[in-house]
Order: sequence, then structure tokens, then C-alpha cells
Amino acid sequence: MNKQIGLSVLAVAAMIFFPGCGNNSGSPTVKIGLIAEISGQIPAVGASCRNAALLSVKQINDAGGIDLGGKKYLIQLLVEDSASKADQAAVVTQKLITQDNVLAIIGPNSSGNALPASEIAEQSKTVLITPWSTNPKTTINAKTGTPKKYVFRACFTDIFEGRVMGKFCHDTLKAQKAAVLFDVATEVFKSQAELFRKSFEAAGGKVVGFETYTTGDKDFSSQLTKIRNAGPDVIFSPSYYTDVSLQVQQARRLGIKVPFVGSDGWSTPELIKMCGKDCEGFYFCNHYSADSENPATRDFVAAYKAAYGTTPDDVAALTWDAFGLLWQALAKSGSIDDREMLRQRLSEGQSYKGVTGSIVFLANSGDPVKGAVIMRIKDGKFVWSSDSQP
Amino acid sequence: MRNKISQKRISFFSRRRFVIPVLTAFFILMLLLPRYHLLNPYLQQVLMYIGINIILAESLNIINGFMGEFSVGHAAFMSIGAYIASILTVKIIPASMLAIGFPLAVIAGGLAAAGVGFLVAIPSFKIRGDYLAIVTLALVMIVKSIIENIDAVGAARGFMGMDRLTTPAWVFFWTVLTVWVTRNFLYSNLGRGMLSIREDEIACELMSVNTRKVKVMGFVVSAFFAGVAGGLFAHLIQYINPSMFDILKSTDILIMIYLGGIGSITGAILGATTYTLVLELLRPLGIWRMVILPLCLIVLMIFRPRGIIGIKEFSWFFPRTDKRVQIKERV
Amino acid sequence: MIYLLQQGLNALQLGSIYALIALGYTMVYGVLTMINFAHGDFFMVGAFLCFVGAVFLKLSVIPALLLTMIGLAILGVTVERVAYRPLRKAPRVSLIITSLGVGMFLENLILAFNPYPQHIPQFIPDINWNFGGLSLSLLQLLIIVVSILLMLALNFIVMRTMVGTAMRAVSWDKDNVELIGVPVDQVVAITFALGSSLGGAAGFMYSLSYPVIDPYMGVLIGWKAFIAAVVGGIGDIRGAMLGGYILGTLEILVAAFLPSTCRDFVAFSLLIILLMVRPYGIFGKPKTQKV
Repeated sequence: MNKQIGLSVLAVAAMIFFPGCGNNSGSPTVKIGLIAEISGQIPAVGASCRNAALLSVKQINDAGGIDLGGKKYLIQLLVEDSASKADQAAVVTQKLITQDNVLAIIGPNSSGNALPASEIAEQSKTVLITPWSTNPKTTINAKTGTPKKYVFRACFTDIFEGRVMGKFCHDTLKAQKAAVLFDVATEVFKSQAELFRKSFEAAGGKVVGFETYTTGDKDFSSQLTKIRNAGPDVIFSPSYYTDVSLQVQQARRLGIKVPFVGSDGWSTPELIKMCGKDCEGFYFCNHYSADSENPATRDFVAAYKAAYGTTPDDVAALTWDAFGLLWQALAKSGSIDDREMLRQRLSEGQSYKGVTGSIVFLANSGDPVKGAVIMRIKDGKFVWSSDSQP
Repeated sequence: MRNKISQKRISFFSRRRFVIPVLTAFFILMLLLPRYHLLNPYLQQVLMYIGINIILAESLNIINGFMGEFSVGHAAFMSIGAYIASILTVKIIPASMLAIGFPLAVIAGGLAAAGVGFLVAIPSFKIRGDYLAIVTLALVMIVKSIIENIDAVGAARGFMGMDRLTTPAWVFFWTVLTVWVTRNFLYSNLGRGMLSIREDEIACELMSVNTRKVKVMGFVVSAFFAGVAGGLFAHLIQYINPSMFDILKSTDILIMIYLGGIGSITGAILGATTYTLVLELLRPLGIWRMVILPLCLIVLMIFRPRGIIGIKEFSWFFPRTDKRVQIKERV
Repeated sequence: MIYLLQQGLNALQLGSIYALIALGYTMVYGVLTMINFAHGDFFMVGAFLCFVGAVFLKLSVIPALLLTMIGLAILGVTVERVAYRPLRKAPRVSLIITSLGVGMFLENLILAFNPYPQHIPQFIPDINWNFGGLSLSLLQLLIIVVSILLMLALNFIVMRTMVGTAMRAVSWDKDNVELIGVPVDQVVAITFALGSSLGGAAGFMYSLSYPVIDPYMGVLIGWKAFIAAVVGGIGDIRGAMLGGYILGTLEILVAAFLPSTCRDFVAFSLLIILLMVRPYGIFGKPKTQKV
């Protein structure tokens, strides 16, 4: 009995530790890794990311592959699940880099996963582009404070977003007093809340309420009651869209009439379905606008709708742009397995006109210089309101 | 009448004389792994995860298996160990002393966790069974909530900046140490006391077992090793935040020990190894991985309710007996 | 004063939902001495059934609630038959691990089919009453009233009917009660059906108040309701109800008067202190141990 157990454990171990025997021969392909949060706490993000990635790769492959120095190579996309857990994100990054030998990695999206993955990518000298992680620390070496060389992101950072919304509330909406309601356990929203407070007060406003809740909470009545009693002109809620609709509903029930303002967590079109009339007229900050006149955006939205039946959200749009950045740099580098060359081409400062705006990396920085879009919910749709350039 | 002396047949490698050489050989192998790239870094990382999970499983085994309680609080101990060790190596220990500083930091993390374990042991004097489970559950939520409110360690943003100090050799060392201490603890007076508490607490009080001391030692030792595992974990991933150490982590450890075998040292090792390996092996299934995994767990529990190995032990762990067992046979 | 009353209403609403879920835990524990950690996920399935009823079948409130409760009863009985009955004689912890597995399975199965959070359209007309600063909505009233009705119905079943007497007999002594002719298997199945349907009803009403559902919504609530059931004294129905209301009130009041960041910390510390004062829960009976 013991022998059987021992042998079966050994067999299982062998299956893991001696893989790679079935490597597909045939024409060489460009191997790209994708790390998405497919199972776990944020499956919606992972699903959007994966959809956009598959679409992008399919478009290239349908055209015969990517053109590198005259020869066309097909793209092989290896999708791994980080299950929204930092240790899983770390181990799949290792797997993609060292076992599957990918040229570059796109993902993960949530900063809690992107941070450990970026450490490993930096140490292994492999390019990693995160579509959605807005935490400033993802591209900065935590020990030395200098930017990482191999880690890039396709979105703007929390610092920029908080600043934009703070200024917007004060200057454009002419609010003097603001209240903030945010999820203290999610670092993205916490930093956006704090940066908003700094920026709003720097512009001359006063933050009269700074209420928190924890991930998964659905009842905000006590926090909203406190906010109601403080009497703000506007409520900044950098929360995920699922929480926002509940907050607005409960606020209405409590008799709060002031408008809500949001961050990129709002940007899924589902928000309108959930929130309905209550959200009419609210503003939020977004990475991109689905109804923009930009032809690249229109083509992307049409292709995504045709393939998946829904309007792409910002995660999908940013993933699409991350891949676009990759294809552009890859075409210039001309090699299917030279990671260093890819990194150089990516950081060279050539502007990429993507769905989420024009993206360019300055020297020595993985953070792109790009603008944000302020959207407004009008007539049951997201409408572009204004652009905010850095 | 003739007396026959027969020798109990022990398989060749189970003889105790092989323990030290085999472990030393493995240790040297672990030292060489990263140097000479005997395995690629992905597999090394999986090995280190297995080691850390073994430490966690053994530490939980002390409370759940040997003492018979039901604790779901180990994520809290791991969290404390991780944070204390990380704060020490990043903020306090200067970079030049990290080679010695790292094990000290890990030990410090373990001691901090042990301190909290001591605090948890106190309610356990009066509260038993499922009620103690609530106390440990509340502990996880309290620790998570406290850390989320301390901005100095990053709160929900997390803490980073650790060097990648955890190597296969260190993990191996701590794993062996944990198993060794657990095994010796089990066969000591305190350990025997723990087992008797599990069986019948009132009877063992009558037999003058100092239940308070035993419970406190059990919690303290268990929490110490969970804290050590946390410190090693933090220096492997190089990033920690409070939501990594939530109730789901505790239930993961719980599954590992009950999968392998309840109350068995070998069972904990087997459960931790199998769980980690199967999790990696099922990756090609994509989103169905987390559907198939619990299904396998349920099926396994139905067919082997006591775990894979049940209450049996690997013979190295049994106390030393005479090399020859004398059996007198009447002819 | 009004503020206190307003928060009191919020506490009643949240407490009712916790109480319903805690009842499910307690009933199963009373009969099988087993903690069904999949109960939080039954709650989640209830919310999803509500979604199905509202969006695909276009039912109104009462039929959708009935659909949810019956659906959950079927699910509960099936899970018991498939996963828990084979382990009837096994150590208690094996059942606990199996229930954890069932929970994970349910969560990830629903996730595999649909990772996006879903929205439930308004069922109940949005009527609000205002009593001099105190706002009460039809929904809140409905939740509190329906919960109390369900709890009274359950109490009636357990205390006044043959089935209930059988359930109480099985919880008293599971192994020997078959000698006097109580069909233990059937009683356990009925208990599961009742407990799961209550959990489903809780999920239904929760998703009416907070109409966004996702596959992981049951996890944290399940653990919190478990704490509520134990604090009230696990195995005792009155305990589960009281525990649910205590937890709901603690959470709302702590968030109301203290900074909301330390809500979890304070609420759970208070619970531990409560347990130290009454180590068997409020209504729990200390078990006599024979030496």
C-alpha cells in the first residue's frame, strides 16, 4: 500500500518535472505569454483580458503572422491563470519565462499580481507589459527607487488619475466640499482616494468625509449616512462598478442628492445596466472611450463585438493596446527570441497610436505618457466629455 | 524447547542509520540547484512552494491533528511572520549583514507569530471545539484588519522591497527542522499529553497532565513554524499584502493536512506535496482546473475519509526500537 | 436619535439576512454535528437562481422566491446524498473538508460558465417612506417581515410537528434513535432541504437589496454567518437567530460610530469577548462529558 502511494506521488512529480518532451516541431513561432486572472476573485478582468488577447493574436495570425524582416511568423499565445493570487502569479511568470521560453509577457492586470510578476520579469530580463496595473510601484525597483528596465505598462498611473479627478472636481464641477467612499482593502482604490484628497485640497477644496469599507461589502448605509450628515457637494467613489451601483442606490434611498464622481473602476458598460437612471449625469475617469471617433477604436470595438457580443471594457482595450505596443516593437526588432532587442525597441520612444490614446514611453521609464478621458453617463450611455492631457 | 530469535524485517532504506546521510545528500543537492541550474527556476520555485506548504501543514498538524482542535487561524500566524521578517530585512538589517540577518529575521517572524499563538492559547483553556474555531477565524479577520490600517507597512497596498533571499537550501533546512521538531515534540512528554487531550481531556487532567501548559506549548510551537513559513514565503514572492493571508489560505492548509492523513506527520508531508503538485499539474485545464480539483478532493474524501495515508507513519518517524526484535517461539 | 434609529433599521435588515443563513448552519449542525461550509455557496446559488428567475423566466417576486427555495432544497438534498451520506460514519473533519470541496466546486462551476458579475433588475417597486428624517423602503420592510415569517415557520415546524420532533430526536442521539423507528436518512434529508432553502431565501433577499451578484459573494458571508451561529450557540435555532441579529447590529453600529476602517477588527474582538464570557454560545448547552 505504501509502495503504491509512493509510486503514484513519484509519477505525478515526474509528470511535472520532466515535461517539454512533446515540443511541437514545425515552423518557428513567436511565443508570447499572457497572465490573466481567469479564476479567483476578479474573473471578469481575466475574461476581458483573455478575450482581447485572443482577438489580437487571431488578427495577426489570420493575416499570415507577424512580419519580421521579410519572413512571416505565427504567434503562439500561452495563456496562464494567476487565480488573482500573488504566489500563483509568481510561479506562472517563472514557468512562462524559464520553461516555455516566451519572448515577452503581457499581464497580469491586478497590481497585487503584477508586482511579484514584474520582479521576476526584471530579474530574468524579460519584457513584461501590464495592461491595467495602475500602482506606481509596478514599474519601479522597490529597493533602489529607480525605474525597472523591463517592465512597462499600457495605462496611466494612480498618481495621474487622482490628480486629474481632484482638479476636475474642483475646477470643472466647482465643488468646494467633497466626500470620498472607497474600499480600504484594495490598494488601487485606496491610493486613488488618497491622491484625490491631496489633489482636491491642493486645488483649494475641502474633503469633509473619508469613509471606507472592505472588499465584498455590499451595505454602505452607515458610511453614506455619515457622508450625508457632512454635506458634501460631490462624492468621489473610486470603486469597482459593482459597488458603485449599490452605493448610488443606497445613497438615493437615504436622500442624498449630490452627484457621484468615479475613477477607471467604473468603466464597464455593465455599470449603466446596474445603475440605471440613478447614475445619469455622473462623471468618471477612464482609459478610453468606446464611442470615440478614432478609427482604431471603432475597428477594435466592432471586431470585439463581432467576436464576443459585448462592448469591450477598459481592461480589454488596454490589453489590445499592450499587444499593439508589442507588435510594433517586435516588428522593429525583427527577431523571434531576442528579449533584449525587444526591450530596446519598446523603450525607444516611438509613439503608438492605440485605442486608449497615443502611448509613448520616455527614456528610462516604463510609464507611458498618455492622457485620460473624462466620461459622462448621459442618456444611458457612456459619452466622452473631455480629455485630460498630462 | 528451543527459542528462536527472529529479526523483524525492515526494508533496507528504512533503517535509521540512513537518515542523516540521505538528508545531508539532499541538502547538498539543494545548495547546488540554483548554482548549476540543475532544474529550471520554475521547478525550483515549485519545490520551494512544496517545502513552505510542508512547514505550514506540519505546524497546523500540531493543533488540528495532535491536539484535536479545529483551528482555521494559521493564515494569521503566517501573515505576522511574513510582515515581521520583511520589515526586518528591508528596514532594519543593513544590506551587508543580510546573509546572517535573513535566518534571524525569519526566526524573529516566527517568534512574533508564537507570541500571538500564546494569546490564542488562553481562550482555548475554556473554549473548545467549534467555538475555538470561531476564535481562530476571528483572529484571521482581526490581523488582516489591523494590517490594513497600518499605513507604515503599506496597508492594503502591500509591502515590498525584499530581496529574493529564500533559496531551495534554506527551505529544505527549515522543512527538515520543522518535521524533526514536530516529530520529537510528538514523542515527548508534552506531545503525549497533547494526544491524550485529544482523546479525553478530563481523563488526562485526572492523570495529572498539565493541560494548560500543553495547550500553550502546542499553540506556541505551531504558530512559530507558521510564522517561519510566512517569512520564507515573503522573501520568495518579494511582495506581501494582507489579502494574501485570508481565510482561503487557512482552508488551503486545512485541506492539505486532511488530504494527506489526519494526525500523521507523513500525512501532512504527503498532503502538502500532492496538493501543490496537482495544482501545478492541472494548469492546462485552464478555468476548469478549479472545478476538477475540488471534485477530486470530494471523491478522495469519500473513498479514503482518513486521507491518503490515514494514520500510518513513515517508519523513520517512529521512536528508536531495538534493532532486533526478540520473539520467543515455542517449538 | 434619528441617526440611531436609522442605523437600527439597517441593522435589522442585515441581521435578518445573517440570521437566515445562520439558521441553515445550525440546523445541519444540530442533526449531523457537522459544519456545512458549502452553506455560504448555497446562499450564492440562491442569488443566482433569483437572477435566472428575474431575467430569463421573467417571474415576479413570490414565484421567484418559491423557485429559489425549492431549487436550493433540491440542491441541498442532492449534495447530502452524494457527498455527505457516504461519510456518515467517518471522522467529523472529513465531512468538513468535503463541504469545503463542495463549496469550491459550486463557486468555480458558476464562474466557469459566467465570470462577469450580474445585475438583477428591480423586482420590487421603489417606494420609500420618510418619517421625519427616518427613511424606510418597501424593500427593507419586506426583507425584515419575510425573514421573521420564515423563522416563525421554521420554529413551528421544529417545535410543533412530527417532522420537527423527529429532527430534534436525531439531534439528541443520532446513532440510537433508529432503534425507536426514526428514519434517520429521511430526517437528515428533510433537515438539509429546510436549511438549504432558508439559505437560498437569504440569498434571494440579499440580492434584492444589493442587486449585484458574483460567484464569490457567498464566501465571506458564509463565514460570518457561521460565526453568528456559533456565538448564538450552535445547534440551537433561537441562538442562530439571535446570533445573526447581534452580528448585524455590531457591524452596523461599529461602522456608524467608529471610523469604518476598524469595523471588522472591533466587531470580531467583541465577539471573542462574548465567547469568553459564554464559552458555549449564548443559548448553547455545555455538553456533559463522561469520563
